[in-house]
Amino acid sequence: MAAATETFYEVIRRQGITRRSFVKFCNLTAASLGLGPIAAAEMAEALETKPRTPVIWMHGLECTCCSESFIRSAHPLVKDVVLSMISLDYDDTIMAAAGHQAEAILEETKQKYKGQYILAVEGNPPLNEDGMFCIDGGKPFVEKLKWMAEDAMAIIAWGACASWGCVQAAKPNPTQATPIDKVIKNKPIIKVPGCPPIAEVMTGVVTYITTFGRLPELDRQGRPKMFYSQRIHDKCYRRPHFDAGQFVESWDDDGARKGYCLYKMGCKGPTTYNACSTTRWNGGVSFPIQSGHGCIGCSEEGFWDKGSFYDRLTTITQFGVERNADQVGGAVAGVVGAAVAVHAAATAVKRLTGKPTEKTDA
Amino acid sequence: MSVTSDDRSRAVLRGVMDADDHVIVSGPSIYVYEAPVRIWHWANALAIVVLAVTGYFIGSPLPSMPGEASDHFLMGYIRFAHFSAGYVLAIGFLCRILWTFFGNRHSRQIFYLPVWSGTWWAGILRELRWYMFLEKEPYKYVGHNPLAHVAMFLMFTLFTAFMIVTGFALYSEGAGIDSWQAKLFGWVFTYFPNSQDVHTLHHLGMWVIVVFAVIHIYAAIREDIMSRQTMISTMISGERQFRDEREG
Repeated sequence: MAAATETFYEVIRRQGITRRSFVKFCNLTAASLGLGPIAAAEMAEALETKPRTPVIWMHGLECTCCSESFIRSAHPLVKDVVLSMISLDYDDTIMAAAGHQAEAILEETKQKYKGQYILAVEGNPPLNEDGMFCIDGGKPFVEKLKWMAEDAMAIIAWGACASWGCVQAAKPNPTQATPIDKVIKNKPIIKVPGCPPIAEVMTGVVTYITTFGRLPELDRQGRPKMFYSQRIHDKCYRRPHFDAGQFVESWDDDGARKGYCLYKMGCKGPTTYNACSTTRWNGGVSFPIQSGHGCIGCSEEGFWDKGSFYDRLTTITQFGVERNADQVGGAVAGVVGAAVAVHAAATAVKRLTGKPTEKTDA
Repeated sequence: MSVTSDDRSRAVLRGVMDADDHVIVSGPSIYVYEAPVRIWHWANALAIVVLAVTGYFIGSPLPSMPGEASDHFLMGYIRFAHFSAGYVLAIGFLCRILWTFFGNRHSRQIFYLPVWSGTWWAGILRELRWYMFLEKEPYKYVGHNPLAHVAMFLMFTLFTAFMIVTGFALYSEGAGIDSWQAKLFGWVFTYFPNSQDVHTLHHLGMWVIVVFAVIHIYAAIREDIMSRQTMISTMISGERQFRDEREG
């Protein structure tokens, strides 16, 4: 735990990195976060003086895809984040310690860094049966989460699970899996949704918080604006094909080979807020649409419950049958149209067969 | 009816006479829909047609355009038409609300339901019976009859407001997080965090307006023929003519 008080600068100098490289790193990180040149100096200053922020990384109901993504971050490299930038004091999935030894770290961090540590949560707590569907260290995860949240500076809700609930919260949600912000109400929570979130977005958020000691600017949904303020659609490289009206009509058709817009194939880009079309994945290599598959909207709330990943129109199940808006609306309009026709016919019949009405005009 | 001197004097007074020199005694005419209401009605009708058609093609686009993307802007134009018509609808709706402060009392009718009035409830029942062929003739109404009033308020006024709110919320997605549309209508996404739901609701709203239009046009034509008063021409001239002078 003593290492946690070391500053970032001290750590990297010890690792043999020159001051010149350090300044370069600050400039690059500032640029990748979309911040101005002054921010680079602020960043350097912060990393030189501030002790590294302790981070407690907990896992609830989840699949560890967030961790898998995180450890693949290229800019900055995750080794730099974990070994130098932050003091990752607890992460039961990748830490060396286990059992009571590992759990003791939580208690120690809670006391030593009261109100100063960041609680990063991957996954969410199930609330049904008093949280018995997710036991972590012998206790229901929800209890552990609440206990560690008490003294945290802020909470990072990693991924769709912690942010929205994801697949375990999809209908009918038997374990009553609940996103973090519905359980912890009194702490600042930053949502970093995605299934998983982009690696560079994750390390970018961590870098921002450790550098400035506060959360980045959040949008209405609690997501960092710098990564989630625009839709995939807004920055999609296939957008010109959308505007032109050029679509992939079926898989492997000519349009698919030419890289036309995947809108008709159910691409959720127009309703998905994420940085995939700008940051891309695996160190900027590609992202789903570039690989020829529509966006499935994995960073959006309840994306499992909106029907097929290959339909534009959401499936509506409220009527007992699975239909989309056009099928429901069209059926209603058809019925009303038919009713109107029948009524008009009845009116005509009645008028023609009925007694001639008394005319009162002159 | 033979022409009497009395008729003649009335004819002179009214200036109506047919080729056979028969005096036509018409019912009274009342000025119901003032010019701004009529202009709004037709502009609004046109906007709704454009919105419904373009909206449908935004949800289910036309077959792909051949050739280079740089040669076409089909979806762009369809969306532009949708957004422009949306502005016409929204600004028109706003002006229409403003007009209720200056217009006659009929200009306020579609913005509230007189649920406290027993006569009004009885009127709805009576109109329902008329539509179920259980009444010989409908009552005469200067403004909307009670049943039409319900349809207007629930299916038109409320749904137009709903479509404007959800429409601008969806527009704000493209306009950006700092746009005035996002500031004014972004709260919609507090209730529906996934904008896909807002798309679905907006889409269903379109069908409600389509259903309304079908009923509205049918009822207007039917009542123009069957009822004791003018309907369609009233929305053109603003004058409501009654075909008889009987009370009730």
